[in-house]
Amino acid sequence: MKMKQEEKRLLQGLQKTVERVLNIPYYQGRLADIGIKQAGDIQSLEDFQRLPLTSKEDLRLNYPFGLFAEPQEKIVRLHASSGTTGKPTVVGYTQHDIELWADIVADGLRRAGISNQDVIQIAYGYGLFTGGMGLHYGSEVLGALTVPISGGNTQRQLMLMQDFGTTVLACTPSYALFLAESLEEAGIARNELRLRKGVFGAEPWTEGMREEIEHRLGIEAYDIYGLSEIMGPGVSMECSEHHGLHIDEHFYPEILDEQGNPCPEGVKGELVITSINKEAFPVLRYRTKDLTTLRYGNCSCGHTGWTMDRVSARVDDMLIIRGVNVFPSQIEEAILSVGGVEPHYMLVVERVGSLDQLEVQVEVNSRSFVDEVRELEALQSRVQRRIEEITGISVRVRLVEPKSIPRSEGKAKRVLDKRKG
Amino acid sequence: MFQLSIFLENTKGRLAEVLNLLTQLNVNIRALSLADTKDYGVLRIVVDEPEKVAEAMRVREYVVNLTPVWVLRVPDRVGGLAGVLTQLADEGVVVEYMYAFVEKENEKAQVVIRVQNEQVMAAAMQKLALA
Repeated sequence: MKMKQEEKRLLQGLQKTVERVLNIPYYQGRLADIGIKQAGDIQSLEDFQRLPLTSKEDLRLNYPFGLFAEPQEKIVRLHASSGTTGKPTVVGYTQHDIELWADIVADGLRRAGISNQDVIQIAYGYGLFTGGMGLHYGSEVLGALTVPISGGNTQRQLMLMQDFGTTVLACTPSYALFLAESLEEAGIARNELRLRKGVFGAEPWTEGMREEIEHRLGIEAYDIYGLSEIMGPGVSMECSEHHGLHIDEHFYPEILDEQGNPCPEGVKGELVITSINKEAFPVLRYRTKDLTTLRYGNCSCGHTGWTMDRVSARVDDMLIIRGVNVFPSQIEEAILSVGGVEPHYMLVVERVGSLDQLEVQVEVNSRSFVDEVRELEALQSRVQRRIEEITGISVRVRLVEPKSIPRSEGKAKRVLDKRKG
Repeated sequence: MFQLSIFLENTKGRLAEVLNLLTQLNVNIRALSLADTKDYGVLRIVVDEPEKVAEAMRVREYVVNLTPVWVLRVPDRVGGLAGVLTQLADEGVVVEYMYAFVEKENEKAQVVIRVQNEQVMAAAMQKLALA
């Protein structure tokens, strides 16, 4: 019975979003194509699931402001996601959207046990990318001492971390790892820092990577998820239970299979999100290209609703090697489970003759280096076997020197596909 | 004593880079051997004050390991090395790898030996009075 009421509320929220997007000519046309003229035409969740999906391509077609639902004078901020090819995708926010976003992020941080007692060092990039400012506004609403250092300038990051007594670090997982390395190099002992938690996101990462970061930095790591097209970081975040990422109630998630059909609860597929109560840039069934699973329920942290698994893979990151789908996160999982090598890797794909070849470059770990070639070869084949077990394809593993794989201050680039271009 | 083992990628000029660094650090290489595979190699060198050199290299991001090895003087004549190795084998010593060098002053051949079991080797050295 209670579920029924929740469903009713959800349906009202979705109807409001439909009403809102019907003000936008592009959506109006697409909805008219399937006979939807007004929000009232959606009478059930089943009706809703028949609505067309929105993709990044739709955003590009309407560049820059074509999908805004509010006149320009009501829009107070723009963000944009980096377009690797061509134009970026642009999103807008009203004052109300900015406040809503900040509240959502603050809620997430609170569930992670972060409070106004904390000093949050925000090492996500500030600017058109939503990472920096998204965390920033949330941190301020929470009342935490907010350090808007942005990404990069690693030596200064370390200095301020010590001097300001930073307790929470927010950045990408790959930058967290790089900071950990830099701390070791600088000879800064763990007890010289007050760091206790990390809020990491904006790139897919594995459980093994989490353990590595937690171990190296001596902190508890929280996964935060979001994308600018939906709002930015905070769409979902882990609580202290670390049992998936709780999706905020302003986002309605669905999981679809490759044909666009809904997946049953617990089955992996593409995450599709509809915004609820967002003004300037409402999105209807937006395809995130992130693969995950969903479940509904209550958590001891107080959250009720949808929880998603960590996103360990993006549809866009998928490599097709000799017809087999391979995700960089699978390789990461393999490397971290073997040990003896650093958690930095680079995937080089080449076509040799008519065959795709995947070379995995991985750094030898100085602590476990032994001088016998036989041992190195054994390490190499252990990594190789593990990758083959997980991905099902044969790869070539190449051991390289430490620090020879480029480090990232933002989102890590881990694939070099020489088959393209 | 300890030998320095250095992990090296097989890239053009990498070996020269390491040797230049050792020059800079004023390190004289007394013996050297290179084990290599397609992608990488292990450079093994005998130097004075290996701990100090290892530290200096680690600071410069090299993967360096101090490996216990034995240096033996062997008669510089036909069958010299064969004789010593036979004796060691009889004592149960298993050799992982070895390389040789000639010391100018006394014209004696010397070999650097890495063995599987340090204790067995120590006992053998004592018994055969090779130390």
